[in-house]
Amino acid sequence: MLEIQGLTRRFGAVVAVDAVSLAVPAGQMLGIIGRSGAGKSTLLRLVNRLAEPSAGRVLFEGREITRLRGRALREWRRDCAMIFQQFNLVQRLDVLTNVLLGRLGHHRGIGAALAVLFGHFTAAERAMALAALDRFGLVETALQRAGTLSGGQQQRVAICRALLQQPRLILADEPIASLDPRNAQLVMEALRQVNRQEGITVLVNLHHLDTAREYCTRIVAMQAGRVVFDGLPAELTAERVRRIYGITEEEFEAEARARAAPCAAAMA
Amino acid sequence: MSEAHPATLLAGLPRIGEYFHRILPTLRWEALFAGSETEGSLAFWFYRLDAWAWLLFETANMAALATLMGAAAALLLAFPAAHNLGAGTLAYQLSRRSLEAARTVPEIVFALILVWAFGVGALAGILAIALHTAGALGKLFAEAIENTEMGAWDGVRATGGNWAEACRFAILPQALPNLLSYALLRFEVNLRSASVIGFVGAGGIGEELYKVISFNYYEEISAIILLVILAVAAIDLFSENLRHRVIGALGGAA
Repeated sequence: MLEIQGLTRRFGAVVAVDAVSLAVPAGQMLGIIGRSGAGKSTLLRLVNRLAEPSAGRVLFEGREITRLRGRALREWRRDCAMIFQQFNLVQRLDVLTNVLLGRLGHHRGIGAALAVLFGHFTAAERAMALAALDRFGLVETALQRAGTLSGGQQQRVAICRALLQQPRLILADEPIASLDPRNAQLVMEALRQVNRQEGITVLVNLHHLDTAREYCTRIVAMQAGRVVFDGLPAELTAERVRRIYGITEEEFEAEARARAAPCAAAMA
Repeated sequence: MSEAHPATLLAGLPRIGEYFHRILPTLRWEALFAGSETEGSLAFWFYRLDAWAWLLFETANMAALATLMGAAAALLLAFPAAHNLGAGTLAYQLSRRSLEAARTVPEIVFALILVWAFGVGALAGILAIALHTAGALGKLFAEAIENTEMGAWDGVRATGGNWAEACRFAILPQALPNLLSYALLRFEVNLRSASVIGFVGAGGIGEELYKVISFNYYEEISAIILLVILAVAAIDLFSENLRHRVIGALGGAA
């Protein structure tokens, strides 16, 4: 159970996330939708503490995440893997090493830390990484440089990296915004698969309402940092969308596409 | 400014030419390839070539070792000194300030102190050049690190990797071609420094050069300077070649 209580983040005068409160039971696949600047990305970054909150707190199974420091914070980040819009792989390293980076949070002690700095991962970890790659049909690319892969492949490599963390939670920040429809579908299906098979809770930011309705078991809509809708996918009707955002669903998606297009072009 | 009178300049200018004229060897065409006993031959000009070649080899070794040591220290200090990695104010200030101190003091000053500490010889020279190199390279390294993409950094931090692991896996692979390129350029600079640092007794061909200059062995001055120029040119070509190969091997599609 992930609990977000009155979470607020200000950037100067701008309130990116405004007193958001949510309770996410384990195993849920939660879609967060909203227009650009609604605070979706900041919300996810607050959960794994890549950003610090101005007020409010985050609890996971009763433990206060917003207070963690040092080793405990790194262990929390290990337990809630993050998927990024731009994949955030190390482009110059091979795919296998990129996936193995998911194990960093599991190493303990000076000896292991030094071995890792020289690029040494155990045979068991390598086998795990290859199994993860195999699961998503990427094992042939294991020794290629990550930068040579297509966007869709890179995002699935990022999911493999996330799985090697053996996380309780996956935070996916616009995972398909830079991908074509075919690859978007593959990535969403990969997320659904890990949600259903491993029971990992997934929080996914989306701007495509149909995708959210199709894959998520619950949808939260944000507007100007606030939660303006929280319910089942079926309850988010076109009429509801128009009332929340003041524009039709078609306009909403056209706007999202226009925003994603430059990113997709940059990736090509 | 007080000493820079145009008249002094005018009076002194011809003397530069005169010095160069004096250090030029007297070569005779018909005896050019004769033995070292014949005046006017190349062998006569370079009559101590064996000793000089050995000294030059020592100088190149000093430069290589100093570059290696300096680059290693620079690499360690450059990560805390890069402002985008958020190493913490104390580590940032300490690394920045020590890099500054190391590169502000010229090699020759370090060499004077170290010769006093370790005695006359190559060790003092190597350490002096390494110190200055650490400072100069550290700043360049930190700038190369600041120009890397931070996406991979977020990616590694988000897996639970610590600061050192993020430096190693997210930043180093991106910055490495640049770092190697800077280090090889520095090797050339250090060969020149190593040729001069012997003036204060810190090893290498500089000691010999200082001796022949102070005893006015004019022909030997030109011979040694020519050797140093040749060595620098050779290393220039070699490192240029190596740099392109390294960048080619590491560069690729990314």
